[in-house]
Amino acid sequence: MDTFLALLNGFSVAFEPSKLLFCLVGVFLGTAVGVLPGIGPALTVALLLPVTFKLDPAGSLIMFAGIYYGGMYGGSTTAILLNAPGESASLATALEGSKMAKAGRGGPALATAAIGSFVAGLIATIGLTFLAPWLVQIAVQFGPWDYFALMILAFVTVSATFGDSPLRGLTSLFIGIGFGLIGIDKLTGQARLTFGVPELLNGIEVTTLAVGLFAVGEALYVASKRFREPEEIVPIRGSLWMNKQDWKRSWAPWLRGTAFGFPIGALPAGGAEVPTFLSYSTEKKLCKYPEEFGKGAIEGVAGPEAANNAAAAGVLVPLLTLGLPTSATAAIMLAGFQQYGLNPGPLLFAEKPDLVWGLIASLFIANVMLVILNLPLIGLWVRLLAIPQPWLYAGILVFATMGTLAVNPSPVELSMLFLFGYLGYLMRRYDYPVAPMVVGLILGPMAEAQLRRALQISLGDPMILLENPISATLLGIAFLALVAPFVMKGLDKFKAAED
Amino acid sequence: MANEISTGKVDRPALVVAALLLGSAGLVAYDASKQTIISTYGVGPTAMPYVVCVGLIILGLAHLVVAFREGIPKPEPADNVALVWITAGLIGLVACIALGGGFILATAIIFACTARGFGRRALLVDTVIGLVLGVAIFLVFSKLLTLSMPSGPLEHLF
Repeated sequence: MDTFLALLNGFSVAFEPSKLLFCLVGVFLGTAVGVLPGIGPALTVALLLPVTFKLDPAGSLIMFAGIYYGGMYGGSTTAILLNAPGESASLATALEGSKMAKAGRGGPALATAAIGSFVAGLIATIGLTFLAPWLVQIAVQFGPWDYFALMILAFVTVSATFGDSPLRGLTSLFIGIGFGLIGIDKLTGQARLTFGVPELLNGIEVTTLAVGLFAVGEALYVASKRFREPEEIVPIRGSLWMNKQDWKRSWAPWLRGTAFGFPIGALPAGGAEVPTFLSYSTEKKLCKYPEEFGKGAIEGVAGPEAANNAAAAGVLVPLLTLGLPTSATAAIMLAGFQQYGLNPGPLLFAEKPDLVWGLIASLFIANVMLVILNLPLIGLWVRLLAIPQPWLYAGILVFATMGTLAVNPSPVELSMLFLFGYLGYLMRRYDYPVAPMVVGLILGPMAEAQLRRALQISLGDPMILLENPISATLLGIAFLALVAPFVMKGLDKFKAAED
Repeated sequence: MANEISTGKVDRPALVVAALLLGSAGLVAYDASKQTIISTYGVGPTAMPYVVCVGLIILGLAHLVVAFREGIPKPEPADNVALVWITAGLIGLVACIALGGGFILATAIIFACTARGFGRRALLVDTVIGLVLGVAIFLVFSKLLTLSMPSGPLEHLF
């Protein structure tokens, strides 16, 4: 019953007029920016983070929650109408969604995506509400060694297990951890890797890296191959509403998508891509009209889109209860917490219950706002899609530099932003994932701090990591997750040789 | 594609990545070796850099191996004119801020150059759009959010 009381208290915070306004602004901005092609929720949060640092913490965190959920909704619109998914988690939606739009069923596709997102978001947020306090009770007993092991597991799964190439994922991760070393060491006060540049003493800002990699890098990448991709917006013809048949074919995929999305998102492995593709292939198998798959089956939109949103809510579980970001967006949200001196984790639930539960309550409100706002405003979102590409990316670069200029208007910081932009461009060009780098930058110093704390307690004996059952298990899983892709690749080769 | 590899061609980009990774590993190790305060218990501020260094060396060697095998994915040819325009815009922006040109001018420069890079041929119109956008953002920031943007001659008019 404690959870109910806490949640009720949270709603009393979230229903304050100013908080409702923040939530509405967040939902609106999130959807608007999420709709823009090439911009995912990670970049949306990173672009807006520097702008809010003078606002009050609870209000702006609620706004970020709205942006986070809104960005997910917006991304599905782009995926369906433009066949240009802004992030890998919308890839599966684009497969069937764009086919439906081409067949003149764009309206029902958008509707099933929106309502499916609502259903999934609602169930997953309820899941978050009840899972979080329970996890917090476990997490209170975690020692620094357990946290360290958790972070190692997150490193491995974010970079190696789910990417195309574990080598390129790990490279991205290690460069990120290397960036994390830059600055003053918190325990001894010594400068590391600053090479006498005073701007580097405070370390590299997560937002600078994220905006550089995602916004500037993406703009350069799209510019470099602009002759290759004529994108066409498919106009919405016919009714926006789902008919009886559509409802009948959608509800089960919504629920199954949620069942895939939330648990996988909540694992410290994280990521929304895996559940969306799991959902896609499951729906393909279970569908009564398998011949429609590849030509625009509504199940192929309903399932993955629900999985995507459920996973997005799931990712908040490790973020809020353990302070563990498992996606680029979560990493940037963590930077948002840190900007106010807040450290997500079990202590935050005890120290600032108003803030945490207000945030969770506002997730419910954001979800309702989204489903009410989105379908009527679909005309507006479609018009956003029609912004000419030159102005769109010129605007993105203006907003990217704006955030940096507002917080730290130094030429050094700006140059760093652009260097990260070129790094992001080259990484996209040679197919290196950028998200592990962002996670490495924010999680690297945290993992180091936990490791040093653990070793101080054990007087320098590294066996402490293996003597504790939780940390030993987690490290074991991390090791398996690291080795598995290489072994499976080896098996594939072996098979190929046998053929 | 597979035939190209067996002719013994080395993947240049993978070699470059390998060299960069090994070079950064050296840099991290050199910096760590210059640290003077070593912690009493457990690991000090140099442990993590050495871990990163070892990781970078392993990844660098792995890239070296890959360079002589399948290589890293081959990119499509790039439109270098577009990249040059955007780069010029970015350099112009940093220079504008460094020399005290202010936020609004800087916004106009980056907006016009990027739009040109993406194939628009209306530099003057785009500069005006950039100026208007700059003024609007400046007003929102300075009046609404009370964040001070870098000021130049134009900003002092408001």
